[in-house]
Amino acid sequence: MTSELETAANPEKLKRIVIEPVTRVEGHGKVTLLLDEDNRVQQARFHIVEFRGFEKFIQGRPYTEVPVLVQRLCGICPVSHNLAASKAMDVIVGAAPPPAADKLRRLMHMGQMLQSHALHFFHLSSPDLLFGFDAEVGKRNIAGLAMQFPDIARQGVGLRKFGQEVIRMTSGKRVHGTGVIPGGMSKNLSREDRDWLLAEIDQVVRWSQQAVNLIKRLYGEHKDFYNNFGYYRSSFMSLVREDGAMDLYHGNLRAIDDKGQTIFDHVDYSHYGDYIHEEVKSWSYMKFPFIRSQGREEGWYRVGPLARVNNCDFIPTPLAEAERKIFKEYDGGRASHATLSFHWARMIEMLHSAEAIRELLHDDDLLSDDLVNIGERQLRGVGVIEAPRGTLIHHYRINEDEQIVRANLIVATTHNNQAMNEAIRQVSLQYLDGQQLTEGLLNYIEVAIRAFDPCLSCATHALGKMPLEVELVDAEGARVKRIIKDSDGGYRA
Amino acid sequence: MADEKPKIRIATCSLAGCFGCHTSLLDIDERLFDLMEMVEFDRTPFTDIKHCGPCDIGIVEGGVSNAENARVLKEFRENCNVLVAIGSCAITGNVPALRNNIDLWDCFQEVYLYDSGTEGKQIPNDPELPLPFDKVYPIYEVVKVDYFLHGCPPPADAIWRFLTALIQGREPEIGYESLRYD
Ligand code: SF4
Repeated sequence: MTSELETAANPEKLKRIVIEPVTRVEGHGKVTLLLDEDNRVQQARFHIVEFRGFEKFIQGRPYTEVPVLVQRLCGICPVSHNLAASKAMDVIVGAAPPPAADKLRRLMHMGQMLQSHALHFFHLSSPDLLFGFDAEVGKRNIAGLAMQFPDIARQGVGLRKFGQEVIRMTSGKRVHGTGVIPGGMSKNLSREDRDWLLAEIDQVVRWSQQAVNLIKRLYGEHKDFYNNFGYYRSSFMSLVREDGAMDLYHGNLRAIDDKGQTIFDHVDYSHYGDYIHEEVKSWSYMKFPFIRSQGREEGWYRVGPLARVNNCDFIPTPLAEAERKIFKEYDGGRASHATLSFHWARMIEMLHSAEAIRELLHDDDLLSDDLVNIGERQLRGVGVIEAPRGTLIHHYRINEDEQIVRANLIVATTHNNQAMNEAIRQVSLQYLDGQQLTEGLLNYIEVAIRAFDPCLSCATHALGKMPLEVELVDAEGARVKRIIKDSDGGYRA
Repeated sequence: MADEKPKIRIATCSLAGCFGCHTSLLDIDERLFDLMEMVEFDRTPFTDIKHCGPCDIGIVEGGVSNAENARVLKEFRENCNVLVAIGSCAITGNVPALRNNIDLWDCFQEVYLYDSGTEGKQIPNDPELPLPFDKVYPIYEVVKVDYFLHGCPPPADAIWRFLTALIQGREPEIGYESLRYD
């Protein structure tokens, strides 16, 4: 464990290095490092620097509005927020959606998985993996990729496009659609749209297989490096289906510890609060969740593709299941803990999503008009989904006037908060400690963060007031003093 | 290469927004490759350039909710010939601005002090966290804006038409059918 780098003993005397903004991730984050005179790393922190306040400002709004409103948490994975909120609203209206609506939602969600995983791998992360972590800055991006590996770039764009089209056809819009309603869906899939998707899907499955092959090849070529880069062990949490299969839309919570032992399993997610608590630290607006039975220090865990592929007993589509087995064998049948194996697991999931879309497209239920159920009103609803980046929890209470009175959201990136911090500390010790820090070396830290595909837009949902008003800055721009104004008008230094 | 005309330089950033406007930009799909033929990207969330340099066009998503947003926005204004506010957040504050009529001190307390599943209760307050503003401001309240492209987000087609016109030195005209105000 490297947690000792969380807080340096004498921060005043240390040199401060800042990486801001962390690039090629969604949203705003920054990393600070404190070094002593020998360039030894004494402290490394990943800060979430923004907050937005969704949990508070949706209070008082009608619950029907919320699934559309909370999509604005994130334009990369709006479908995930829309669906997690809608699943909570299904509980509130007391009605599970009819089978056709369930399948349409699953189709939409698989489209979302596909586009988000493609975006992350091809547009954001692959330049590091294909050009090297310290390649020139001008090259490490999608334009560089398009120049040097045009086929790979085009497949990435094509995969993303297909996923976005699935979303548009099921929800009405590529970003921030409105197709999902409490208890069901407002529209089915048209025949023409289904035919268009059917004509493309085999190609999409093939491209996804090639993407898995690409990451496997990269892994094979740099085996030791990939295995050791930012390596540490952790617990993992994800939803799994009742029979232990991977299920990205619905299931029960399962967590395993760093040795592969079950911490909990088959947990009904509406009781998530009995299993997970969150800790606040002064230097991030993002909280630090932990598994209660393991405690604040030891209870942190990872979510997302790596957790899901490690946690599930099998993947219910054949090509992805075959790839899962290869992935598993690579670590002798045990859970993989390597930071970069997130990418590999992510591509296996992308393949699974493509296969799942193909299966669903052959189901005529998608064309059905039986789309909404109505039941008996409840006052509390929890909706959980496996978003592209991991377990996403939405929890709402309403009053008799159908207004939201309380909301709690735990997004995937928040679950991974401590894990991302551990990763940057590990990389700092491995590559930066005692070195003259160059731009290329600092990118190693970002590579470790990117592996998680953090969505910092999502992670900034929590609220704040600005108690903080004044900052004194000297002529060089250095901060001299920070003064905080309380709501009662008093000042604190 | 040396005698070629320098390409149009474009920078983009996200302030208090959701990245949906950037997502919509990527939704031009294959036309992205045509765009990359015509322009060079300076600071964007997709490149590793952390400070925007001199640019022809700057595109800003999201409103201004803290000191860091204001700093980035001013840097964009100083460096970009033409500044475009893209999407409702940049233009009006949109959903993030729903917090504007709330007593934010209460909110902070609610999230960090009272939430039942929370331990180590305290309000984050570290010099590394940028100073939050009491309201989320549309960007025209902070800097001069040359163009406003509406929508939450504007559809990819609208972004494409708008950008190609600007790049080719024409006044952008976006057909009514691709304008959105949601
Ligand atoms: S305008 Fe809409 S899509 Fe664009 S950043 Fe704001 S919420 Fe996201």
